[in-house]
Amino acid sequence: MTKTEFEPAIPSRPSYGVLSPGIGSAHLFVADGEGADAVCDLLSAADGLKAASHIIYVPGANGCDKSTALQALGVAQFHRSPSFAAALPRLTKVLADAHMGLQIYTAGTEGLMAQVAAAAQAAGLPYEAVQMEHRGSLARRVQCVHCKGVTENVTLDPFQCSHCGLSLFVRDHFSRRLAAFQGVCIDAEDPGQIPASVERFK
Amino acid sequence: MSLDFNDETFRGDFTYRNSAKAIKRFPFPFPEDSYMYSVNMEPHVPGAVGSVFEHMFDVDEHYVSEMRDRAQVLADDPLRCQSLPHMELAGWDLLELIMVSKARDYPHWFELHRDGNQWHWINRPLQIDQKFTFMDASTLPYGPMEYITRQTQGDFTLQDQRDDDLWIEAGMVTTQADWSLDFDIGMSFKQWHAPVPLAHQMQIFDRALKFLLKLQHGAPVRRFNWTMTVDPLLDTSPENYPKWGPDKTTMTAETVGRRQHLRVELQTLHRLPRSNAIAFPIRCYLISFQDLVTVPKWARRLHRVVRDIPDELATYKGFIRNKPLMLDYLAPFDDGAATSPGFGVE
Repeated sequence: MTKTEFEPAIPSRPSYGVLSPGIGSAHLFVADGEGADAVCDLLSAADGLKAASHIIYVPGANGCDKSTALQALGVAQFHRSPSFAAALPRLTKVLADAHMGLQIYTAGTEGLMAQVAAAAQAAGLPYEAVQMEHRGSLARRVQCVHCKGVTENVTLDPFQCSHCGLSLFVRDHFSRRLAAFQGVCIDAEDPGQIPASVERFK
Repeated sequence: MSLDFNDETFRGDFTYRNSAKAIKRFPFPFPEDSYMYSVNMEPHVPGAVGSVFEHMFDVDEHYVSEMRDRAQVLADDPLRCQSLPHMELAGWDLLELIMVSKARDYPHWFELHRDGNQWHWINRPLQIDQKFTFMDASTLPYGPMEYITRQTQGDFTLQDQRDDDLWIEAGMVTTQADWSLDFDIGMSFKQWHAPVPLAHQMQIFDRALKFLLKLQHGAPVRRFNWTMTVDPLLDTSPENYPKWGPDKTTMTAETVGRRQHLRVELQTLHRLPRSNAIAFPIRCYLISFQDLVTVPKWARRLHRVVRDIPDELATYKGFIRNKPLMLDYLAPFDDGAATSPGFGVE
């Protein structure tokens, strides 16, 4: 799958580019699902980076697992993690230990990329220091504005909040700090009148 | 509660009322018979005696009850007041601006005595007598922004300025028109305005940002914004939307005059001296339709504004569903006569 074409979005939603080799002493890649393809594309074309590269990979919630292809690249460090939450302590350590010149790349779903950028910002790096390329699923990471719980991999609109159970419609408004879109109760004015869900984010 | 201030509620039994004096000074926000977005900024200079513009921060008959409502909102949801760590200096700037202004403008209610960094603040309406060390947060019961905005009507946000942009990085937001500080904190100017329809295409935000980046200390500016609220509910937050949303559906032709309120925001912008941040107070004034129509020009004009507003804006402002009820109520007050330009009564 190639780079995703997005419809015009409201200004809070990040825009994504194509990963390109940066100049630096070390290269950190964090990808999920089909994001592995973006990492493979870059490293196949920039063989010299592999000896200084560290890949953290989370298989996609849609079942897409390209661990084998990534492992075959022969980078200095490869780590497969079952979830981003499980990968976060490792990512935080790598960012804390980083020296000047670390290049950071992330590819895959919007939720994963935003969480990587947020982790980098928490480590003192500017938002722009993280290269992003969207690949694969358009499933969204959504914060319920009512209970504040985050539901991962939302494909339906409206959907049921996995924390408080309210039916939420998914806004395009996006918080980089929370790495999430905003979900708002769809039947607040007419309790119980919930339109049928459609698969808006494949 | 003293005679100066109403004992009233903004929830539950909704005993909020405007006195005849408050109706007369109500900041009616429409200078003409139609509405479309504009930057509409003007210098925030002292206005007529008795008007909401008379002082830097207007303190009115709702002050004490409004602060009680804010304390309740914060007890229920502390996330309504947040300040990212680097914004504390801007909080001190804001505290100073408010204390100095109120002590100057309302000496019978507020006093500020300063001996170097040893400050003594007296707020008589709220029965507060506080000695503290300016710039030492450990000497106040809350951070400086939270401390002073628990004593000041209106929502507040503080914007840091860097990279030719403004970043909303602190705020006290309990009387908002349906936006979430917790979600928006940390966003750039265009990011937090992203959900507003039409205005981006009109380059409203490009022009407003360009203007605000050059805002000078000592030269505050102001503008109006407005929306509609059923019942005098200050806390129309998205967080609590499932709680207040159903009340929008129970208004009838018999109750619209009493329950439907025009909600006006007097927004002012102040450059802060130490932090170079911008303070953005958003002061909310509520008036019921039945009180509003006692001024013939306002009644005529509001009818025309509501009648002609694009559906997209009525939807964004959250009153499209009650628009027919509102128009039925307002139409009899509009005899088609011409209205004079500007905000004033005829």
